[in-house]
Amino acid sequence: MELILEPHFADPGYPSPYSHLAADAFYAELLQAHDGLSPEQSAMLDAKLVLLLANQVGDLGVLRAALRAVREDIEPERVAQCRIPDLAGSRGT
Amino acid sequence: MTAAYVYPKYPFRLPGGVVPGAGEARAPLVVVGAGPIGLAAAIDAAQRGQEVVLLDDDDTVSVGSRGLCYAKRTIEILDRLGAGDAVVAKGVTWNTGRVFHRDDEIYHFDLLDAPGHQRPGMVNLQQYYLEEFLADRAAALPQVTLCWKNRVAAARADADGATLDVETPTGGYRLRADWLIVADGARSPVRKMLGLDAEGRVFNDRFLIADVAMHADFPAERWFWFDPPFHRGQSVLLHRQADDIWRIDFQLGWNADPEAEKRPEHVIPRIRAMLDHQGYQDIDFSLEWVSVYTFQCRRMLHFRHGRVLFAGDAAHQVSPFGARGANSGIQDVDNLIWKLDLVMRGKAPAALLDSYDAERTAAADENILNSARSTDFITPKSPVALRYRDATLQLASRHAFARALVNSGRLSAPTHYWDSTLCSPDRDRFDCLLRPGSPLDDAPIERDGRPGWLLQQLADGFTLLLFTDRPESLGSALAELAPLGAGAVPARCVVVSEQPGTLPGVVVLHDAQHFAAERYDAQEGTTYLVRPDQHIAARWRRPDAAAVRAALTRACGH
Repeated sequence: MELILEPHFADPGYPSPYSHLAADAFYAELLQAHDGLSPEQSAMLDAKLVLLLANQVGDLGVLRAALRAVREDIEPERVAQCRIPDLAGSRGT
Repeated sequence: MTAAYVYPKYPFRLPGGVVPGAGEARAPLVVVGAGPIGLAAAIDAAQRGQEVVLLDDDDTVSVGSRGLCYAKRTIEILDRLGAGDAVVAKGVTWNTGRVFHRDDEIYHFDLLDAPGHQRPGMVNLQQYYLEEFLADRAAALPQVTLCWKNRVAAARADADGATLDVETPTGGYRLRADWLIVADGARSPVRKMLGLDAEGRVFNDRFLIADVAMHADFPAERWFWFDPPFHRGQSVLLHRQADDIWRIDFQLGWNADPEAEKRPEHVIPRIRAMLDHQGYQDIDFSLEWVSVYTFQCRRMLHFRHGRVLFAGDAAHQVSPFGARGANSGIQDVDNLIWKLDLVMRGKAPAALLDSYDAERTAAADENILNSARSTDFITPKSPVALRYRDATLQLASRHAFARALVNSGRLSAPTHYWDSTLCSPDRDRFDCLLRPGSPLDDAPIERDGRPGWLLQQLADGFTLLLFTDRPESLGSALAELAPLGAGAVPARCVVVSEQPGTLPGVVVLHDAQHFAAERYDAQEGTTYLVRPDQHIAARWRRPDAAAVRAALTRACGH
């Protein structure tokens, strides 16, 4: 399995002719989940959400690719130095 | 440089037979408000043979661009109303959208039109042009009495209609309407006179709109900025309109002073800074019109109140992101008028109008949901929302998945009435996006060897689309269905054939490029019953006159 970087949101229970609806619904509900929380609570919610979704993904190779992608997005010049194993790492080296 | 738009001045007149001060006049159908929605309603009703009195308190079109993007479905409806060609010819068709975040363009998209449609996805045109084209069309219809400078001062509704007290330059009169359509805009004086309200969410934000004439070449693209250096912490949207006029919307925030912001000495430096930042230091511009607006997302609980029907902004308001205001109002009219016509002729029960309420309140909810989500993305309400938005924008420059989450407006698209009681559920298997309740999808066809478009071949009333490989193989099925074309509510057969051919007394469309068969998942004998507003009422794999009759009855609200 590879990290999916193309749009992949779907709502199979409620099919719609408009593909943006599932992505927009997720985004709106994500923010609703944060409603009324303190900054610390919000950060904790995000951290727990990442852990939960990471378990859903499961595949360590995919998770490492995701970590690299976001680290690269925030700090492209230093991504080579940060210690995220590449895909080969997941094959047991 | 093009000359500034000259606002037409329309003649004042009274409805036929009205003498101010002399008792009560009567009209079967009155529309209040000659904006795009009221004009469209009057035209549609007149085209169906109804006499319409259209009242408006002004004598010209709306000032400034206001509504400016018209979506494909709206243009298809305007085609039916006789104004589509004028709108497309005058309007600007755009394909490229660019999204900027802070200093940089993060991505651009091309609104590539799906092939095989007559009309483009989106046309930009100042609202005053749309109103002018519709007013011209209405004036050409003898069934429409267009009464400018007729202001409704009081309105009362009862079980049999509504009574209006109307003021004019030559005195007042009382008008009794059997049916009343209220399309007098977001503030809707008539709605208030009838003691009705719209409820929803107020967005505490202000936007500055400027219509700007650019005196040089400038790209015909949609540009959207999040937090640009020339307007820190806010959003800016730029669109091209007709006559080399560009429309710019600056988000100002709730604390802005609207009167101060409207002054040219405030507006001009904002626009100059934007142009300079984009590298257009040499471009000269002039200001045509400026306004400051706030908006709400709200709707009336019901759009039907007995014999009073609400449409457009009078019934529902949305935020401007997505161009869902005027577009949804035109679609209200498309949904309402065929139903009202059948009810006024006694061919359908008044309950058919409850389906207008059900279908269009659902559409309003969809439009409010989409435009409110766009607004929430564009103007984050909390630090968390701002962080997610900026994270999305940062990821979007590199990753397509994040672009799916960037929401700078979800452009108006028609509602599929899948849950409507007028639809007959599928009993056969179909494998396509269209379902009973969906609007038809256009397709190129040939008729008598000449190229044309599917949507233009439909009847004003109900249509039965019959798909076949060759016209002659339909023989007995057609004979069975033909009597439906002569009923009280007729359904006219239109054959869509893979092979060219002709049939006596029946329109045969040649699906030479196979778009129609593909879009409708059609096989030999596939039959679609289409409502007068071009939405699907029912469909079958084999034509069956009894089933079609039952579906037609259901689609008429029985």
